[in-house]
Amino acid sequence: MEQYEPESLSAAQLAAMRRSMTSGRGALSRRSMLRAGGVGALTVGGLAGLSACGIPPAKREGQGPASTDVSAKEKSLAFSNWTEYMDISEDEKTRPTLEAFTKRTGIKVKYTEDINDNVEFFGKIKPQLAAGQDTGRDLICVTDWLAARMIRLGWAQKLDPSNLPNAYANLSAQFRRPDWDPGRAYSYPWTGISTVIAYNSKATGGKKVDSVTQLLDDPSLKGRVGFLTEMRDTVGMTLLDMGKDPGKFTDAEYDEAIGRLQKGVDKKQIRRFTGNDYTSDLDKGDLAACLAWAGDIIQLQADNPDIKFAIPSAGYITSSDNLLVPAQAKHKTNAEKLIDHYYELPVAAQLAAYINYVCPVDGVKDELAKIDPELANNTLILPDKAMAKKSRAFRSLTSAEETAYEEKFAKLIGA
Amino acid sequence: MSTTTLTKKEGAAPVEEPVLRKPSARKRLVPYWLLLPGIIWLLVFFALPLVYQASTSVQTGSLEQGFQVTWHFQTYWDAFTEYWPQFVRSLLYAGTATLLCLLLGYPLAYLIAFKAGRWRNLLLVLVIAPFFTSFLIRTLAWKTILADDSLVVDVLNALHVLDVTSWLGWTEGERVLATPMAVVCGLTYNFLPFMILPLYTSLERIDGRLHEAAQDLYASPATTFRKVTFPLSMPGVVSGTLLTFIPASGDYVNAELLGSTDTKMVGNVIQSQFLRVLDYPTAAALSFILMAIVLVMVTVYIRRAGTEDLV
Repeated sequence: MEQYEPESLSAAQLAAMRRSMTSGRGALSRRSMLRAGGVGALTVGGLAGLSACGIPPAKREGQGPASTDVSAKEKSLAFSNWTEYMDISEDEKTRPTLEAFTKRTGIKVKYTEDINDNVEFFGKIKPQLAAGQDTGRDLICVTDWLAARMIRLGWAQKLDPSNLPNAYANLSAQFRRPDWDPGRAYSYPWTGISTVIAYNSKATGGKKVDSVTQLLDDPSLKGRVGFLTEMRDTVGMTLLDMGKDPGKFTDAEYDEAIGRLQKGVDKKQIRRFTGNDYTSDLDKGDLAACLAWAGDIIQLQADNPDIKFAIPSAGYITSSDNLLVPAQAKHKTNAEKLIDHYYELPVAAQLAAYINYVCPVDGVKDELAKIDPELANNTLILPDKAMAKKSRAFRSLTSAEETAYEEKFAKLIGA
Repeated sequence: MSTTTLTKKEGAAPVEEPVLRKPSARKRLVPYWLLLPGIIWLLVFFALPLVYQASTSVQTGSLEQGFQVTWHFQTYWDAFTEYWPQFVRSLLYAGTATLLCLLLGYPLAYLIAFKAGRWRNLLLVLVIAPFFTSFLIRTLAWKTILADDSLVVDVLNALHVLDVTSWLGWTEGERVLATPMAVVCGLTYNFLPFMILPLYTSLERIDGRLHEAAQDLYASPATTFRKVTFPLSMPGVVSGTLLTFIPASGDYVNAELLGSTDTKMVGNVIQSQFLRVLDYPTAAALSFILMAIVLVMVTVYIRRAGTEDLV
């Protein structure tokens, strides 16, 4: 670089030069130095930062060191559950079955209703779990596909069967061997969820709706049919309707089911894909018929006698919400005690009578009849043999399948 | 860089140096100290997440294998070619909603600023009142307002308005819900106060004597509005449209609750890619594309509007 020679410049030039260095637009002021330095640092730092912040692999190989269980010392437990998934007293101040647990074991339960959506909840706890940290929750309740994913990723703790005598003895056969957790080593179902067809008989003009074919093809329902944004429920019910088994289907069969639903979208037969908000649409009659979760329907029927449901003859999808102890949670034994508590018949009956979902506990009928004989005979809560026979579960998916299927399903529902 | 030392040479013309009293170092640092909380806030909650998202957008991988930065810029192109209809739709809906907000909001802001008299404060409170309930509740309320057998839809049907909108593709048969029109209605409603308030502020600032002067010069009320009021309210119009358009183009709640499969906006795609498909790079790339598009549009718009101060 050449050395600057002030001698060769005239006095005026020199003055101008000096001025421009100290003031005016070219001034190399403190501020512009800061700015230039800042931009440089940001660029360099930004690029370095960009490549530094990859997301570490989620899978924890070989479990790592088991988290320390401080259950014996700390008689407490943090339990995250869905809203309205726990019985509550008349004055809405206490939760009787939880109180009974605390009374019996002395374990205080911090009960939080902070699960509103599986995918959102996963988004919330993922960063801590991926970093191998405690989520602050000792027990969570997630739908089976998410439970399967958490177990697959090594983010759930293995349960100790010796702490779960009631659960082991009373778990009903239907829920014993899911393909993602055979023998229930990591999880126990909180409730079973039946996906059925519901319709508003006022909106259908008294017509019964009892098959996915009818949902997709009946012209009298055009524009007033709803399906669910849960991929496994919507596609599973469609597969069943096509005579396929959602427990073992191929890629081609999946595509075929998506194609069939796509036709329903294209000819405007399907109005929307909904989450839990289908209940208000169905109640108002904006949806004449839709796929629905049976527990919701029992609750809706209490207020609106026009709401009816049907079990398709082709079968229906049963899934479950499961209790899991997340990795690094510190009160596993306490959590196991709570799981076991809810598998005692009177407690299970009390819970089922309140939340109206499928009870995964065997032999609960007599206890339930003591509370409300009508509920004990409701096959949506306690499925009889004929009904259990028609129940199918969606098979668990590998990570790659999950991404590919969700991607296709997302296209179907427009996003 | 060459090091230059400027020394005063003998005989060189004397240069006037303005004498500035240097403030003490402590005093000079005061503004920076005052800025510090804001800067830290921006760094932690804006700059860092942005860098993180930028990084995510050029990564590849999967949840199980983890994501590594591979500078895979192809994601951007793929995301754009795959989801351009949703981008177009977002801009179209947000643009329509902004225009409707302006058409609805301007007369109201004008009324509050010039004609409301002692009702002014009450009216302003009424404009803000919807914010006392949550965004979600407000949007869900529209599901009741526009329900298939609601009064609104019955009236629209009786007047055959829905025949026209249906022909235009804005609605579907005899219903409004789950159609583009419902989404635009929701967007318009939810962002209307963001339009009215800046409009009101800039209208209220106009000196009433200017109107009198215009009248003295024999301007008709229409001319007065065209030549005096409207140009003077431009800052309000510009900031109002920005405050409406920018959040509306990224919104996904209205499309989710009031729309259907063919009304999904880019916000819905980002949400679904991020939470459902777990394709974080695509979700991040989509966010950046949206940011870039909005930034370019806003820059052009501000240049065109030719207004320096935004309320």
